[in-house]
Amino acid sequence: MSSEQQILGFNRYGVWAIFRFEMARFLRTAGQSILTPVLTTSLYFVVFGSAIGGRMSEVGGVPYGAFIVPGMIMLTILAESMSNGSFGIYFPKFTGTIYELLSAPISPVETVLGYVGAAATKSVILGLIILTTSTFFVDIRIHHPIAMIGFLVLTSATFALLGFITGIWARSFEQLSFIPMLVVTPLTFLGGAFYSIDMLPGAWRTITLFNPIVYIISAFRWCFYGTSDVGVEVSMLMTAIFFLGGLVAVSWIFKTGYRLKN
Amino acid sequence: MSPILSISNVSKTYTSGLQALKRVDLEINRGEIFALLGPNGAGKSTLINIVCGIVTPSTGKIVADGHDIQKDYRQARFKIALVPQELATDAFETVATSVRLSRGLFGRPVDPALIEKVLRSLTLWEKRNDKIMTLSGGMKRRVMIAKALAHEPKILFLDEPTAGVDVELRKDMWNLVRQLRDAGVTIILTTHYIEEAEEMADRVGVISKGELILVEEKTVLMQKLGKKQLTLQLQEPLKTVPPELADWNLVLKSDGSVLEYTYDGKAERTGIPSLLRRMTDIGVAFKDLNTHQSSLEDIFVSLVSERK
Ligand SMILES: Nc1ncnc2c1ncn2[C@@H]1O[C@H](COP(=O)(O)OP(=O)(O)OP(=O)(O)O)[C@@H](O)[C@H]1O
Ligand SMILES: [Mg+2]
Repeated sequence: MSSEQQILGFNRYGVWAIFRFEMARFLRTAGQSILTPVLTTSLYFVVFGSAIGGRMSEVGGVPYGAFIVPGMIMLTILAESMSNGSFGIYFPKFTGTIYELLSAPISPVETVLGYVGAAATKSVILGLIILTTSTFFVDIRIHHPIAMIGFLVLTSATFALLGFITGIWARSFEQLSFIPMLVVTPLTFLGGAFYSIDMLPGAWRTITLFNPIVYIISAFRWCFYGTSDVGVEVSMLMTAIFFLGGLVAVSWIFKTGYRLKN
Repeated sequence: MSPILSISNVSKTYTSGLQALKRVDLEINRGEIFALLGPNGAGKSTLINIVCGIVTPSTGKIVADGHDIQKDYRQARFKIALVPQELATDAFETVATSVRLSRGLFGRPVDPALIEKVLRSLTLWEKRNDKIMTLSGGMKRRVMIAKALAHEPKILFLDEPTAGVDVELRKDMWNLVRQLRDAGVTIILTTHYIEEAEEMADRVGVISKGELILVEEKTVLMQKLGKKQLTLQLQEPLKTVPPELADWNLVLKSDGSVLEYTYDGKAERTGIPSLLRRMTDIGVAFKDLNTHQSSLEDIFVSLVSERK
């Protein structure tokens, strides 16, 4: 049996089935999925771009309106990746359909590829929609387009993976939204999404440097404008390490059955 | 022929401390229908869920079609399908989407013709584009069966497939199970209904308080179940069973005040009229009598108490 042979190596049909199933939900509500980021982006431009930008014309040589674009994209990417990543696995746990995944001939890595891949794909699509919307408001030139796309994908995948882990950990919908709402979004706001951390007074600046999201936003901004608050290589390396750490955690979860099996 | 599934020394203690299974050994023959019977909480679902990879066993080893379910979990699970006891469906998805997902998860390529065949066999074809939440409970159970069949398993577990299902659907289900067996699928099902085991199974296992207390060919078990008892309350207690009544293998109980006669309830001649005539002839009088058929429940009870 050919599919029996191939499954010994890699269950690609399984990965694809999960990916397709997850994407279908996103596409079913495509109107809403696309309209929301377009609207939010426009609102950010009205509030931050016009109101604040009126007083503050440039940050590090970049017009303020353009300066906030990378941060704005990251704000959405981080939150969306986490919530999509966590929902995808939490929901089957909640309804009980997880039995099928647990009984399927699919490895942890394949499961993650399916779920996290779908969640990250959705985020990347949203990120590109926001970027496109922004071009209607400000002029954007991207200095390092390939690095920009690469970093967008890496960050989406990393936070989708963190979301996936939260989804397994969560025992209620409250816990599910706890980390994205109370940790990631505030850290993103405080992480220089709408300002350069150089603008902060000394003590605050030092405290801010403990916020990992500062590095992510900085590196992403570098992809656009070639300048950064912190070392770009360090940021990218850290994000990649985060991602690998997440993979290790997931392998452990599936191996021990943590919050999945009795 | 080697068994298709061999379970040896499997125990399970849940984190709550409850021991749900105690050293269960069981072999399932290739191509048979095996019914697992037992009262609520006996450990039936626990055993099934362990084989399917949903619950981790505390001890023991399970080999499915030559593959250790832990070491070679891919190959083992590739052949196994489960329809769990609890209804759990992708409520917001359509029937077809959900069934396609199952096929893919189990490593099979897309096959619309097969999906159509499975959906038709469960009379779900007309409902294929309906969201699962709009279906009735019985229909949802069929969806769960369709999901299991969509990946063409060799070993199929049905955990109480007919719970909460009407008579007609139950008959359909029985037919479907027979068709699957004829197609070479080995089926292990749990049920509370003795007539279901009687109707379908080749062999029956009885599990009670986590112990597998009996595994028997169905026909043998049914003979035991067919036994009836006649209890006679005597006017005067007896010390021994009178020799004239030896033919009936009577048992004296309750300090000699009760005579008990066990007979085959399905037999043409029960032997009751002749017994009563003979008793009158020799002057053993009784003040009351009743008959009683051992139910599955009785068999459980007697089996469990025998073991103590
Ligand atoms: N997740 C769990 N945590 C702790 N105890 C459990 C868990 N699942 C089942 N049990 C206990 O294990 C025992 C066996 O349960 P199981 O579901 O296997 O029984 P069953 O034979 O399938 O019963 P039923 O006929 O009611 O379906 C029960 O005492 C049950 O309370
Ligand atoms: Mg059960």
